[in-house]
Amino acid sequence: MAAQTQILTERIGKIDPSSLEEYVGSGGFEALRRALTLSPVDIIYEVETSHLIGRGGAAFPTAFKWRAVAREEARPKYVVCNADESEPGTFKDRYLMEGDPFRIIEALAIAAYAVGANKGYIYIRGEYPLAYQRLAHAVEESRRAAYLGFNVGGSDFCFDIELYRGAGAYVCGEETALFESIEGKRGQPRLKPPYPVTHGLFNKPTVINNVETLANIPPIILNGGFWYRSLGVHLNPGPKLYAVSGHVRRPGVYEATMDLTLRDLIYELAGGIPGGRKLQAVLVGGAAGAFLGPEQLDVALGFDSLHHIGATLGSGAVMVMDETVDLWQVLRRVTRFFQHESCGKCFPCQLGTQRQAEIVARLAEGEIRPGDKALLIDIGLTMKDASLCGLGQTASNALLSACDRFSLLGEGGGQ
Amino acid sequence: MTDLVTCVIDGQSVAVPVGTTILEAARQLGRDIPTLCHHEALTASGQCRICSVEVEGARTLLPACAAEVRTGMVIHTRSERVDRSRKVILEMLASAADVSEAPDILAYAEEYGADFSRFADGERLTYPILDDNPFYIRDYNKCILCGRCVQACGSDMQFAFALTIAGRGFHSHIATFFEKPLPETSCVFCGNCVGVCPTNALQPKLSWLLAQGTDWNEVREQTKKSHPAKNMRKRR
Repeated sequence: MAAQTQILTERIGKIDPSSLEEYVGSGGFEALRRALTLSPVDIIYEVETSHLIGRGGAAFPTAFKWRAVAREEARPKYVVCNADESEPGTFKDRYLMEGDPFRIIEALAIAAYAVGANKGYIYIRGEYPLAYQRLAHAVEESRRAAYLGFNVGGSDFCFDIELYRGAGAYVCGEETALFESIEGKRGQPRLKPPYPVTHGLFNKPTVINNVETLANIPPIILNGGFWYRSLGVHLNPGPKLYAVSGHVRRPGVYEATMDLTLRDLIYELAGGIPGGRKLQAVLVGGAAGAFLGPEQLDVALGFDSLHHIGATLGSGAVMVMDETVDLWQVLRRVTRFFQHESCGKCFPCQLGTQRQAEIVARLAEGEIRPGDKALLIDIGLTMKDASLCGLGQTASNALLSACDRFSLLGEGGGQ
Repeated sequence: MTDLVTCVIDGQSVAVPVGTTILEAARQLGRDIPTLCHHEALTASGQCRICSVEVEGARTLLPACAAEVRTGMVIHTRSERVDRSRKVILEMLASAADVSEAPDILAYAEEYGADFSRFADGERLTYPILDDNPFYIRDYNKCILCGRCVQACGSDMQFAFALTIAGRGFHSHIATFFEKPLPETSCVFCGNCVGVCPTNALQPKLSWLLAQGTDWNEVREQTKKSHPAKNMRKRR
């Protein structure tokens, strides 16, 4: 398997995640030490050269955020690690946090040094108690060894991290809702613009990066941006974690460059579908993602390649469903999820997720009425076009893609 | 001299000062854009999305009440996407709340051809009418969750913070802390929330009683000084 890599997961399973000694012994905090000898401008230049794209789901260039915050004059600035991994079918950040927690701390410190922040937050999903414990322990150990706190590593850079646990809302993974949550308010997304780079946490310039995005930073600092850019696909470089679940022999997290095809991921890495059954559908990108069918197995799992066929890589969740699955029941769960998780702030999502779930629940019971398809398309497109945040904008993706791909409600207009 | 930005709205070019919203710019040209949650005296929250407009090159529609004009923007205040969004939002609104006393919504529904029967079999939450003080009543069956009352009660006007939003998604609703009756909250009965309510969910108790044909003496009794709610405030 040419595409498979071991960069992000280099230490996972090989070191004791609670041991700072083992982390340092395996090259840990080397990147931070090196970063502190560079100027912030040089670090951002390396990240820019690497062409690192955010791994949280929105696929935004990381260096762009860093540079924008570094240029801001307002003080203080913040760096935030978005560890509120709540996308159904996604468990890659958990794998990183539980297996190599010091790496996140190191990367966040490098980000803070690059943009001129002295305070960082890690916002951890509330349902990840082990990840929280390991990170909390790692933060404490790092403080004791002066990798956090005053004069990090003997330099004049000061930086500390506060952990913040979410309280169970999917929407708090949306960056501005996450800020509201840390600020002690109701977890609802803000209007953008202004963007976090100018008005983020506590209305101050803020860099917010996903766990996996940050995990890419140490190797970029150690090996350089050009090295990183040479990995994998042009414009979508670097390793990516894929969380595979569902009807495969070996579900789990797999690391590969983004030229990996869906076929290789399912049949080679994850061992194929058990029991000799046939593949029916793959939901790529989690509940907010889109369905692919067996005829699309040769698509490469990159941001651009999936975008070209009208799908999305999202967070890298790959849910495999064999021929025994009733897709209507899957859609019922997916739409129920969005109905439950909509915060209720903007009208299209608050009302649309509710009505969508009601109609799909009825269809899943086999009660089909004329005009159902038109209703679902109207709700779906309205949410996609007019919702305030990514939750509403993606809440109809799975449903509409399934109806389209598998002709669930008939071809054409469906009247 | 203020800097100007130039944009094109429905084919007409217009130059406006930096910081002007799309809504303001469109109104300068005499193009009206429907609004529900927008209010001159309140911070634009952009949550009803009825004012969404299409800007060329933008992935989603933008809320005209909050989005500022940028140089070179090509804006369409009506398009297939815009009209569909407005129509569907109105249809879904009418399926979730009693909009019969919201003239704006009824007028927009007419304009955009919204068919209120399309989602009529959807779940509708019902709330008891809250009559806990001598000044105003709260009928949340009519509430569309525009959030204006919360803004007026909070940092946009009164700084009383008696009203907030509870619950989430379809079940979000305007509430007081722990759903306490208003006289037991930080409400100062300024009336600003009643003033900004677009659907008559909040209305003065006087007119509410009179509209029901309540006898004038009875009205006076229910809204007079010695009402228990007022006494409670005095005791504090």
